[in-house]
Amino acid sequence: MKPTRALLLLPLVMVFLAACGGDHPMSTFEAHSDLTRSISAIYGRIFWWTLLLFIVVQGGLIYTVMRFRATGKETTNPEQVHGNLKLELTWTILPVFILLHIAIPTVSTIFESQAPAGDDAVTINALGKQWWFSFEYPELGVVTANELHVPLGQEVEVRLQSDNVLHSFWVPQLMAKRDMVPGRVNHIKFKAEKLGEFYGQCAEYCGDSHALMKFRVVVDTPEEFAKWVEAQKAPADTVADASKAGFEAFQGAGCVACHAIRGTTAAAVIGPDLTHVGSRTMIASGILENNAANIKKWIMDPGEVKPGTKMVDLNLTSEQADSITAYIQTLK
Amino acid sequence: MATPAAVPHTPAVGHSASPSGLWSWLTTVDHKRIGILYGLSALAFFVLGGVEGLILRSQLAVPNNDLVSAPLYNALFTMHGTTMIFLGVMPFSAAFFNYMLPLQIGARDVVFPRLNAFSYWLFLFGALVLNVPFLIQPFTHGIDPSSALAPLTRVIPDGGWFGYAPLTTKEFSPYLSIDFWIAGLQILGIASMAAGFNFIVTILNMRAPGMTFLRMPVFTWMTLVVQFLVVLSFPCITVALILLLMDRLFGTHFYIPSAGGDPLLWQHLFWLFGHPEVYILILPAMGIVSEVLPTFSRKPLFGAPFVIFSGITIGLLGFGVWAHHMFTTGLGAAADAAFSVTTMLIAIPTGVKIFNWIFTVWGGQIRLTTAMLFSLGFVGMFTMGGLSGIMHSSPPVDLQQQDSYFVVAHFHYVLFGGAIFGLFSGIYYWFPKMSGRFLDEGMGKIVFGTVLLGFNLTFFPMHFVGAWGMPRRIYTYDEGMGWEQINLLETIGAFILAFGVLLFIISFFRSMKNGLPAGDNPWDASSLEWITTSPPAVHNFDKTPTVYSDRPVWEKNHGPGPGYSLPEGDEHIHLPPPSIKPLIGAVGVGLFLTSFVMLNLTNLALAVTALGLALIFYSFYTWFLEPGH
Repeated sequence: MKPTRALLLLPLVMVFLAACGGDHPMSTFEAHSDLTRSISAIYGRIFWWTLLLFIVVQGGLIYTVMRFRATGKETTNPEQVHGNLKLELTWTILPVFILLHIAIPTVSTIFESQAPAGDDAVTINALGKQWWFSFEYPELGVVTANELHVPLGQEVEVRLQSDNVLHSFWVPQLMAKRDMVPGRVNHIKFKAEKLGEFYGQCAEYCGDSHALMKFRVVVDTPEEFAKWVEAQKAPADTVADASKAGFEAFQGAGCVACHAIRGTTAAAVIGPDLTHVGSRTMIASGILENNAANIKKWIMDPGEVKPGTKMVDLNLTSEQADSITAYIQTLK
Repeated sequence: MATPAAVPHTPAVGHSASPSGLWSWLTTVDHKRIGILYGLSALAFFVLGGVEGLILRSQLAVPNNDLVSAPLYNALFTMHGTTMIFLGVMPFSAAFFNYMLPLQIGARDVVFPRLNAFSYWLFLFGALVLNVPFLIQPFTHGIDPSSALAPLTRVIPDGGWFGYAPLTTKEFSPYLSIDFWIAGLQILGIASMAAGFNFIVTILNMRAPGMTFLRMPVFTWMTLVVQFLVVLSFPCITVALILLLMDRLFGTHFYIPSAGGDPLLWQHLFWLFGHPEVYILILPAMGIVSEVLPTFSRKPLFGAPFVIFSGITIGLLGFGVWAHHMFTTGLGAAADAAFSVTTMLIAIPTGVKIFNWIFTVWGGQIRLTTAMLFSLGFVGMFTMGGLSGIMHSSPPVDLQQQDSYFVVAHFHYVLFGGAIFGLFSGIYYWFPKMSGRFLDEGMGKIVFGTVLLGFNLTFFPMHFVGAWGMPRRIYTYDEGMGWEQINLLETIGAFILAFGVLLFIISFFRSMKNGLPAGDNPWDASSLEWITTSPPAVHNFDKTPTVYSDRPVWEKNHGPGPGYSLPEGDEHIHLPPPSIKPLIGAVGVGLFLTSFVMLNLTNLALAVTALGLALIFYSFYTWFLEPGH
């Protein structure tokens, strides 16, 4: 092989080198729910067919070109073949069978995955906002944001809605995408098959900070899930002196205009419910780790952290920000 | 190498001397000059769209990069897509339709030459409306957001090339950015439709005697299919844009759910245009490849009728698959299943074409010219895009791949590895006909190698990063997602690709001046454009040929049939006179539509709409009174 042609293999080599390192928390190759597993099965079936066709076509093309290169010494024209009906009918009809082999599991999976969820499914209302997610468990009385908890092995039905622009709800290892379409309710159901924390992200362009609209899904054992539900249902502590002072700072700065903290007078529904914000692993819709420095950064200059955010810059003093940060961290 | 066709040259006819100067270009109605204008405009916008792409790739080279801001990134990907589709690939194809199609069918021009000029000027106006905002933005950036001129704070289109409502409605985008986009696309739509009708009538009515449908060159065939797709699909986006404009200007609620509208209405209308649009982009390239592969294999196209009917079938099926862009929107299981099956069906005619192309080359005497390399590259790269297309024809799989980088990989294999490779092949193939000179073949091979390497390095890894969960249209990403190395690799690939294109442009302009002289038929090709001079005279042919074969020039030179014949005696040659009316009319339509979308901003817009209307009436009225000869 000439060196110039060997150069063409370079991309493949580099891709494989790049592909080796690191883990991929949003990889679709790791399926951890019944839904994503059924998708992977179809993907696998198509992949082998396409690999076969890839080899046949590319191999055929390269072989043909190498075999029939003109030498410059030809004295006659090649045979003027205009076609071959049998061959052409073969490659018209043969693909039908390949497509059938793909279409049958496709259609059955479409109908199975879109069948109504069972009565005992955990129902979650997910609402897409610019640029965060509001989550409500209507039967369990839980309202939260940007972090879902679901029980292992139990059917979960997410009802997807939006009251603004389009969003798309995607947790690659648990839930394939479904759009949140204003004026409609979409459904997605799945059974998680692995404990742990999974990454999700909005997958439909929704304006300035589309890239910063993320969330987490935590799969708990049924016992942990029940505990989590109990903790989330409880109102915030309003008795301790520190809590009273913290809430005053929160109220005084104007945060109550948008946020709710159950148990207090803060009851607005414009921004995320903060009753138990201290218990979440991330803030600002999955983009910053939940710690004092990040909370302060976020509330002092929201537009810097998330371009175009609807969260208002309240011109907090550093002292105000410190007391609000300390208060927010107590909201476990 | 080739034996040039024996063409009896009669002395040039009196009025066929080619005028020069700026005025002659502004008033030209010559299909060849209009083709050159389309080609050069397309090249300029292709470079602009490429630069936008390079900025996008540079921003994504490393995690948490801040080379460009979020709003600018969003505007850039909107304009990259809009530019490459409407201002790059479509006018590149139009350049070949204009220049080659009348020559291929043995005609002296298109059937409506002034309408043809009108299409071009309208296209140019629309392209400028879309891109002028880049020049305005730096000055309007600082306008007080509470003032009446607040809509001017964002002027570069930023709603995505797909413009999904409700993000593009007034509530969520109260800026002129979307209005510029609407105006630009409407203008381009009128230009495309006018050209579409023009070419349909030209192909149906202007063919040389004896050129039956099955004797038409395959490029002409694919052009015909494309024009039907244009005139049937553009009305859908025209309606979609009018409804959006009414929502924005007059407070209607077509796409606003809180008032009973439906955002999915936009998606249905948009993709009812948008999917046929994909075939509008790819079928011309398929036509070019179907000319180039036989020529450089010295064989006829294998199963030409199968290839032609496959092209027609692809065009027809293209209208029945639009909702496969909407599998994630929740159309319901029955719709998902139905659109999945129709989508899979498209794989059949597409596969037929690929195998027919390979068997065209099989048994030939292959000359690896640059045109041939790009056509072979087309077959290989387009196949990749077709195979990943089969993957997301299955809705469950699509639910993982939609709006991820996997899809970005897929359609770049179709539109760059497919359409643009095909167009590059066309440039190298027809450059000698258009200029009388060869496009540097030695450099051509370097261009091909660099472009092929850069292209695959940029887009092949996107399959991986998409399958690893990286969504599209994100201006930044975090470390630790496993996306870092691959993104850097893609960015390096993009710069290699850009270098290849740069080499091409240098070589293109150098060869225009200094290229080796080419004869009338340097490739020993088979269709009628090769019997006239290179470049062709203003009137194309001294005598109109009569055609006896689907490969008239080849058969004339190599037998067995006569191929074509030329009539005895002199022929009366009629050419339309130049006219400035098409340009004035295009300016009128452009001014009218551009100011109309800004009616709410200032009363000045009302005055400009009136001016636009006046220009339209003036130009059309005098145009219709102009003598045609």
